[in-house]
Amino acid sequence: MTLTAFLILLVLAVTGYVMNRRAASALTADGTRLHSLTHFHGLYALLTVLVPVFVLICLFLILETPIINAMVMAGLPDGALDGLDTGGQQLVLAEIRSISRGRVFGTPEDWKLAAADRLVALYGWFDILLIVTVIALSLAILLFTRRRVAAEFRARQASEKIVTGLMVACSLIAILTTIGIVFALVFEAWRFFQMVPLTDFLFGANWEPQIPIREDQIAAEGAFGWLPVILGTIVISFVALFIATPIGLLSAIYLNEFAPHRIRAIVKPVLEILAGVPTVVYGFFAILVVAPALRGAGAELGVPISPNTALAAGGVMGIMLIPFISSFADDALTAVPRSLRDGSLALGATRGETMLKVLFPAAIPGIVGGVLLAVSRAIGETMIVVMAAGLMAKLTINPLDSVTTVTVQIVTLLIGDTAFDNPKTLAAFALGLMLFIITLGINVLALRIVRKYREIYD
Amino acid sequence: MTDMMDTSANAPRRTSLKGNSALVARRKRRERLLMGVGLGAILIAFTVLFILVASLVSTGYTAFVQTQVTLDVHVDPAEISEEQLPRGGFQNVLTRSVLDLLPDADPETDLRAVRGILSNGAQFALRDQVAADPSLIGQTITLTVPLSDPYDQLNKGNINRDTPESERRLNDQAVVWFDQLDQAGRISTPFNWALFTNADSRFPELAGLKGALVGSFWVLFICFAVSFPVGIGAAIYLEEFAPKNRVSDFIEVNINNLAAVPSVVFGLLALAVFLNWFGLPRSAPFVGGLTLALMTMPTIIIATRAALKAVPPSIREAALGLGASKQQVVFGHVLPLAMPGILTGTIIGLAQALGETAPLLLIGMNAFITSAPTSPFDASTALPTQIFIWADSPERGFVSRTSAAILVLLGFLVIMNALAIYLRNRFERRW
Repeated sequence: MTLTAFLILLVLAVTGYVMNRRAASALTADGTRLHSLTHFHGLYALLTVLVPVFVLICLFLILETPIINAMVMAGLPDGALDGLDTGGQQLVLAEIRSISRGRVFGTPEDWKLAAADRLVALYGWFDILLIVTVIALSLAILLFTRRRVAAEFRARQASEKIVTGLMVACSLIAILTTIGIVFALVFEAWRFFQMVPLTDFLFGANWEPQIPIREDQIAAEGAFGWLPVILGTIVISFVALFIATPIGLLSAIYLNEFAPHRIRAIVKPVLEILAGVPTVVYGFFAILVVAPALRGAGAELGVPISPNTALAAGGVMGIMLIPFISSFADDALTAVPRSLRDGSLALGATRGETMLKVLFPAAIPGIVGGVLLAVSRAIGETMIVVMAAGLMAKLTINPLDSVTTVTVQIVTLLIGDTAFDNPKTLAAFALGLMLFIITLGINVLALRIVRKYREIYD
Repeated sequence: MTDMMDTSANAPRRTSLKGNSALVARRKRRERLLMGVGLGAILIAFTVLFILVASLVSTGYTAFVQTQVTLDVHVDPAEISEEQLPRGGFQNVLTRSVLDLLPDADPETDLRAVRGILSNGAQFALRDQVAADPSLIGQTITLTVPLSDPYDQLNKGNINRDTPESERRLNDQAVVWFDQLDQAGRISTPFNWALFTNADSRFPELAGLKGALVGSFWVLFICFAVSFPVGIGAAIYLEEFAPKNRVSDFIEVNINNLAAVPSVVFGLLALAVFLNWFGLPRSAPFVGGLTLALMTMPTIIIATRAALKAVPPSIREAALGLGASKQQVVFGHVLPLAMPGILTGTIIGLAQALGETAPLLLIGMNAFITSAPTSPFDASTALPTQIFIWADSPERGFVSRTSAAILVLLGFLVIMNALAIYLRNRFERRW
């Protein structure tokens, strides 16, 4: 039905274009000189119909389901929802919805069947309402624009104003996304901190988010101290950086100073391939190859290595970060002015000495910026650790042990769970907020370092 | 040179470079060492990439063929009657036709084991064929059906016949049966079309990627439909029209930061806003596409701005000089010239979106769904989430299926990147 609405809108908008253009052409045929080209008269009609009605349809789509749900729930007989919490009410609604789609399990109560009928009827009415509104509004606007076609009407300015408005709206979406992220995280995290005190979360050394779902269930009370989780993140990121930084920097040094053009032409694209591999593939690689290999090596050496060792996840993450660091370092080295390199070589330094004692120190700010961005990536990386790291939070810095990370906890807490009224799911948002703050802080710092460094030479 | 400071020596110092040849040699050695270490670092990266690809290919290639057995099935009217279709004893009929091929199998005691030779999907293949043509009842038809996972793995050599029976997934009797079928010429291993035409299944030999491929198509389609126009609109405004003030600076910083926000945070945004507040359906490619569109937009904006910047000012000035308005200049001249660069950036952004997994997990696109979605609002998986699901499954058959799915995903990524490179080389103009 939505598709029909969009199609009707499109047809009417194009009709408006053709109509107004024809009308404008008719004016010119009479010998009148128009202010704007006939094409702009058409475009003005097209845009004035398209934009508001399109927004209306989108708003309708967003609001339709919540409104209908509320109407159905409000229309239930008295007492049907007595004694049910939010989750129970959601279940009733889900059952009514599945009945309305013809999937009936067992014999539902009569009032549920009636509610399902009501749901279907409401959707029918809303569809008719949508179509009628779209047609009426579009035609009204068409009529309005058609009457504005005149020799002195500034159709070009008018339609350009609309286009500018559209472009501003597009740029605002970027801001809206950020506001949406911050608002969603802060709002849900605030609800979490009403159930679990902020100090418990920040300074607690126990992370056991399993909580009883029903009243009579026997389970741990749940502890939400994020220290072991962030410590695990730090351990895995450290392992990753320990591998990625030297390899990335050394390959950048080789590529920048020593590599013949032909080798550079091969190596750069191959490193880009390494950067383009999806992280879920790296995760599978970690559990298929790296973790068993590490465990085998540990058994040979007599060192007990956990199956979910931080070494496997961190190591594979390090491989993922190699191209990232190497391309950043390569750019930073290239940005060092030619004169420094030439001066050093002219004084008799070898190319190696020039690299290590002149170019590298000069490029340090850019390189540090790149490594910091890699750190923020390592902290925010999800799939590798979800697949290869552990689930249990342990307060340990032993990389052979199994540790968990912030992102692993976010994903495991939210997979298959939609109830937003318990600390277990809301804890994921508190972790997400911390993750967002940390990565944002590192990113801002890194960009500032990179920018400051550029100002020196430009 | 360094020895010039030594004034205590009376004899004139030789200033020839020859005297320092030992020092020069040492410095040269150090340079070569640095070179060697750098080359070694690159070799490590190459080796890892090689191991990655090799391990995927070596475990994944077997999933592109499927072991099948050809049976002469007597569609017994005693088991299957036209009135009862599509119900009937299809499995019994099939098991009996396998028993006919195995002289030493006892129809009573070995019934369960022999039934296990065939895939669980075999009976449905027979059912569909008979249901489509009920006149087959009472006749004997030749049917090729897949074997179950253990026998499939045995045929592909993933189950070693030399391991002791107690540690093997198939006992000696099963291996003998398989060899008898093989010697009778009944076993074949054709290309595994089911990998692309079946949706997900609990049984590895039946599981396919159709649902994931269709789901990924819808996700990318929605992602493109939203992020492409919005990204270009935002980029044109920021690059060509926006006054240079605090607000446009703020938007710019915002976009750069969005590009570096961890993907899982976008998943949280989608879960809280799209699913919880707007009530959009869970597991739907529509929501996945919207989420990935928000992530792809910064990439497209940055690429578009670079492409717009690369168009020389002379083009703009010429158009302005001929009396075009600012918007006519941009939409009529600058934008078409920048299009190749914009498309290249867009394709690369979409390739990233195709491999993105974490946000899709949070909006529930990792559900077990056995049919392909018919619209972007149906519950579905996507290629990367399907890989995640299969990687979690314990059956041996899913390991090779996972690798195969990864190879398919990487294939798509290679195609998209090749397309981007082609566009760049073919259409991009240097001014």
